[in-house]
Amino acid sequence: MTDQPSLAGPRAALLLSVGIRNQVLFVLVVVGVAAVVLSGFVDEAPNRLVSGRPVPLWAAAGALPVPGIAVLGAALSAACLIRPNRTLHCAVAVFAAALLLVVLAAAGHTAGLLAQNASPASRISLGPAFWVLAACAALAVGDALQRLGAGIIAQLVTVAGLASGMLLMAASGTFDALSLAKEYAIHRQVFADAMTRHMTLVGASVGGAAAIGFPLGVAIAKRPKLQNPVFAVLNILQTIPSIALFGLLIVPLSALVAAVPRLAAYGIGGIGVTPAIIALVLYALLPVVRSTSVGLTGIDSAAVEAGRGMGMTPGQIFREIELPLALPVLFTGLRIVTVQAIGLAVVAALIGAGGLGTFVFEGLGQYAVDLVLLGALPAIFLALGADFMLQILTAVLRRRFAP
Amino acid sequence: MIEIDDVTKHYGDRRVVDRLSLTVPAGDFCVLLGSSGCGKSTTLKMINRLIAADGGQIRVAGEDIATVPVEQLRRRIGYAIQSIGLFPHWTVEDNIATVPRLLKWPRVRRVERVTELLEMFRLEPGTYLGKYPHQLSGGEQQRVGVARALAADPELLLMDEPFGAVDPLTRDDLQAELLRIHRAMKKTIVFVTHDIEEALRLATHIAVMQEGRIAQLGSPIDILEHPASEFVSDFVGRQGIGLKLLSVRKIADRMRAGETAEGEPLSPETSLRDALSAMTARRTDRLPVSDAMGRKVGAIVLADLVR
Ligand SMILES: Nc1ncnc2c1ncn2[C@@H]1O[C@H](COP(=O)(O)OP(=O)(O)O)[C@@H](O)[C@H]1O
Ligand SMILES: [Mg+2]
Repeated sequence: MTDQPSLAGPRAALLLSVGIRNQVLFVLVVVGVAAVVLSGFVDEAPNRLVSGRPVPLWAAAGALPVPGIAVLGAALSAACLIRPNRTLHCAVAVFAAALLLVVLAAAGHTAGLLAQNASPASRISLGPAFWVLAACAALAVGDALQRLGAGIIAQLVTVAGLASGMLLMAASGTFDALSLAKEYAIHRQVFADAMTRHMTLVGASVGGAAAIGFPLGVAIAKRPKLQNPVFAVLNILQTIPSIALFGLLIVPLSALVAAVPRLAAYGIGGIGVTPAIIALVLYALLPVVRSTSVGLTGIDSAAVEAGRGMGMTPGQIFREIELPLALPVLFTGLRIVTVQAIGLAVVAALIGAGGLGTFVFEGLGQYAVDLVLLGALPAIFLALGADFMLQILTAVLRRRFAP
Repeated sequence: MIEIDDVTKHYGDRRVVDRLSLTVPAGDFCVLLGSSGCGKSTTLKMINRLIAADGGQIRVAGEDIATVPVEQLRRRIGYAIQSIGLFPHWTVEDNIATVPRLLKWPRVRRVERVTELLEMFRLEPGTYLGKYPHQLSGGEQQRVGVARALAADPELLLMDEPFGAVDPLTRDDLQAELLRIHRAMKKTIVFVTHDIEEALRLATHIAVMQEGRIAQLGSPIDILEHPASEFVSDFVGRQGIGLKLLSVRKIADRMRAGETAEGEPLSPETSLRDALSAMTARRTDRLPVSDAMGRKVGAIVLADLVR
């Protein structure tokens, strides 16, 4: 009994550290379990105005997919303890992806069951345990893919599989009882318009920023003297808070339209789409210019000297050597800018530019969380999707530039 | 092949190349030798107009280079540099075929030429054609760099310390390959280095440079035996000069024709330095010499090495 306690601590720690082969997965499992134990899976409120009552996951055990969550969770816990190899990572990726879909299905089913015994005015919204579980499952998929060293094709297949699973469930009405889906059903037409408008804002501003910023970046790379003045201006633009920039543009644009009324016919005005796009372009310029010039100046100068020495024309050197070698950095800039623009375009709703921000600000005004989510969630998925697609595009372009 | 005539280059107030004149005959292997910063690279790059001369004239094959369109001039002149500058996003095949592609050779001829060059540099085409530069060792990259410079069969090859960044053993191999190719193809080569041993091994003529001028132009033996100035003799180094001389002289220079000796024969083209090591290794002061056909032509004797 004398030295027993002093040994117990280290021994337990040793057992733990030997037993757990995949720390990341272990943490995700622990967080997921904690969330399920400590918080509600969905929230049930009698109407939109009062706050809800949390319903834990086990209280919804009548829903079919809930046991699936338990089984997949146990499988993933077991996977933490097995010596990792490719097969195991594959299994973890598949289990975690399945878990993500099953969690979504469980939320829908639970809401459906609760709705059967509730008044039509009641609202069943997604609770903290749902969000944490879904996030943990998604992170586990990503981690497993990374450990596998999965290529772009494997990632594409995974994302496409998850997305089609989700869409299939949505189409078959799995989520209909959830308040988010109800909110969507009410705003269906407006939502489609807002989504289109949002993508237009982003597309126009990223396109505009690329059209202006790319030549500017090339000019800076070729003439380093331009660097300081150009970056000074762009840096100042970048530091203006977005709301302020949107506001600042109202005055000059209104004045412009007052002076040249014909412009109003083209949709130009102090509020609306025009100032939003201008502001988004201004924000996007710095990253585009910087990544272009960094991409071009960062390439091996020996390759350029060799190209010149062998008699390539300046145009050939630019197209065949400098541009393809700068492309990965350049596209990283475009990715940053696109993701940034998708987020900032939400704010543009404040000056009447429309887009997904409309729901966010309307929801904030009415204290309707589901309405906020109806704007925010698609914006997040849009950003993730754009990021992913641009990564693929970069990889494809890089390969295509061989002569 | 190249006539450099009173050429000058300034950077600001500094004269980096100072009224330099140099004639390189066709088929010559001319090495520009000098310490760092003496203007070797500047001189070399004025030949393919990577750097514009301030004054004077350079003629290649009798033609004033200022009158030839610059890209056309460069496609006629091979260019290899220390940092190699392989295009990292192109395969070995595409890299080597750069100039043939610029010259619009048909694809079949390009592939043939690349295969031929890879074989010449002892790189198995099947293995190397599709590789990317980052998959090659330093020595292999440099071979591909030189192969690329030779791709369109240029009349003239400019090389700026091409072996400066590879390890000594690989450098030895590369030098031997370059010599073999020079002998086989009779190209005119202008080669920049600061390494006296490399210059002695490769050059038919060495131009020792000092502050933008040529301090001495001569064959390796000339430079060693009759340095034109204090500067040249300091540069080629009093220390170890005997060994340097041995390494540039051939057995043929000192052989006793008609005499015989015991043992494995050496070739007349072997350097006296290698003959000395063979004698040391075999503990003898006399070795037989036989020509390329294997006929005994004479003997080399230790005492004659130091004559
Ligand atoms: N673009 C340049 N601007 C100013 N000075 C230069 C430039 N290029 C080379 N120099 C200077 O010219 C001198 C000769 O350079 P270089 O021909 O490269 O010497 P090296 O003999 O080492 O090849 C060096 O002192 C170098 O600093
Ligand atoms: Mg140099």
